[in-house]
Amino acid sequence: MKIIVKFAAIGALLTIAACSRPAQQGPLVNDPYANMNQSGVGVGTLPGTAEHFKATAGDTVLFPVDQSTLTPEARTILANQAGWLNQNQGFAARIEGHADEQGTREYNLALGARRASSVQEYLISQGVASGRLSTVSYGKERPLAICSTEECYTKNRRAQTVVSPGAGM
Amino acid sequence: MLRKLFLTSALALAGLGLAAPVLAQDGPLRIEITDGVIEPMPFAISTFHDEGGAGELLSQVQNLIAADLTGTGLFREIPSTAHIARPDGFETPVAYEDWKAINAQALITGAVRVEGGKVIVKFRLFDVFAGQPLGDGMQFDASTGNWRRAAHKAADQVYARLTGEGPYFDSRVAFVQESGPKDARRKRIGVMDYDGANVKYLTDDSSLVLAPRFSPDGSKLLYTSFVSGFPKAMMLDVNSLGSRPLADQQGMSFSPRFSPDGRWIVYSLEKNGNTDIYQMDAASGAQRPLTNAPSIETSPSFSPDGSQIVFESDRSGQPQLYIMSASGGEPKRISFGSGRYGTPVWSPRGDMIAFTRQEGGKFHIGVMRTDGSEEKMLTESFLDEGPTWAPNGRVVMFTRVTPGGNGEPRLHSVDITGRNMRPVKLNGAASDPDWGPLLP
Repeated sequence: MKIIVKFAAIGALLTIAACSRPAQQGPLVNDPYANMNQSGVGVGTLPGTAEHFKATAGDTVLFPVDQSTLTPEARTILANQAGWLNQNQGFAARIEGHADEQGTREYNLALGARRASSVQEYLISQGVASGRLSTVSYGKERPLAICSTEECYTKNRRAQTVVSPGAGM
Repeated sequence: MLRKLFLTSALALAGLGLAAPVLAQDGPLRIEITDGVIEPMPFAISTFHDEGGAGELLSQVQNLIAADLTGTGLFREIPSTAHIARPDGFETPVAYEDWKAINAQALITGAVRVEGGKVIVKFRLFDVFAGQPLGDGMQFDASTGNWRRAAHKAADQVYARLTGEGPYFDSRVAFVQESGPKDARRKRIGVMDYDGANVKYLTDDSSLVLAPRFSPDGSKLLYTSFVSGFPKAMMLDVNSLGSRPLADQQGMSFSPRFSPDGRWIVYSLEKNGNTDIYQMDAASGAQRPLTNAPSIETSPSFSPDGSQIVFESDRSGQPQLYIMSASGGEPKRISFGSGRYGTPVWSPRGDMIAFTRQEGGKFHIGVMRTDGSEEKMLTESFLDEGPTWAPNGRVVMFTRVTPGGNGEPRLHSVDITGRNMRPVKLNGAASDPDWGPLLP
């Protein structure tokens, strides 16, 4: 994380430097990343970090209403997750299953567990040792998006894989 | 502690024996809850008498008795400004003609006295048009700090005599108090009187807690906690506030509930993503599965005789309600409507099951007979869930959630005819009510 912050800081410095002269003629650029592409400096994550996992593999898969079966899109993301986990053996993963608010509290706890388990089984099928994986369900208790329309519900029917350094459970 | 005494002087005055009063040809004054829309029965409370040191408690007790009765939607109070009779004391004979003139069908008289840290509440109930007392006069005493209980007890007696139903005002409700934004909600377990008074919190909000359920005697609560990082069924002692996990197990456990005799606990246990219902001996901790299916089985609730369990299962594709023997075995499906059914709870009277039904983008609280017949929706909203029965099986309380990013849950109650929907007077957001037993 700290290293990433440094990268970002360097990027910001370069950007500010690049902008300092034009700024005297035009408005100040408030977004330090605004000219990132022009300056040719990208910001990235370091391999072997949780941020890198999220950025490269994708940490979240989505589910249709009431379903815990994996969509083709979900399988693609999970294959990437498995690939990352297989390359970074020092990490364990906790899979958090969630449901949208359309459903009773208790059923949604069970549904979230089913979703987390689907992800766990797929990762194991892709060669990740089961001892490195744990699951938990939050049911509908921890929505990602808070509106009460399908736009938010789609984002909330999810399983999120959270990696952390450690040998696993 | 609360004590009740029959007022024997009332019997002497009224010249009645211990037998129930025999009334005129119309039968006893009674209001039927099972009727459809009804006109509330008009009643009057003759201004209570201070028989020594009652002070503010005099009007507080009287007002609470009135609030309990009018809160049912079954009764309408005739304001004291309309009263003609102004009796001198509790023993003053009732001037029935004066109460008839203002159309009071039932009359409550009472007195309050405070003595040695105790409040003593006396009352009598009269059938005005029959010109007779309705049952015996009674007296309740409680510590002054518990004055609400004495008033609830008196109101319970009036309610029971006028409806023929069991009492329920003198009871407590466990619930979850909620605070904070929707995506980072904080929750803690509270208990309150049935009307939202006397709130007390039993846990802090440092970890998520869900769905508290009373033991039959009200001394313990089962609930689900994330304190370990995973959902686990826990037991909390209401007095000592000590808590412990139910079992040291792999997988998550949730949805715990006591059997009516307190001997057993049923709950959901998840293993490898699949949730089944388990039974635990509350004394020994010995456990065994009651269901064994690849579908989700959860939300078990005992019949009042302890012989059967109603629960929800999605074995048919969508969650529906099933009943099985308390020892497990093949369940029988009882719900067949469209949509999804969940959170069934068996009425303490044994005759009905209340549930959550989700259909056509709406949620309902509904009731049905235990064979699935006479299904009836009591409510409809964006999100209603988790009914719990009043001790008399005539009212259910539930959670209603408002939609949107600022949406939050509130407790509401409704009677089993679908009438008298009202919010529970409680500050702040709350969910997952569980109505405890009638207090002794």
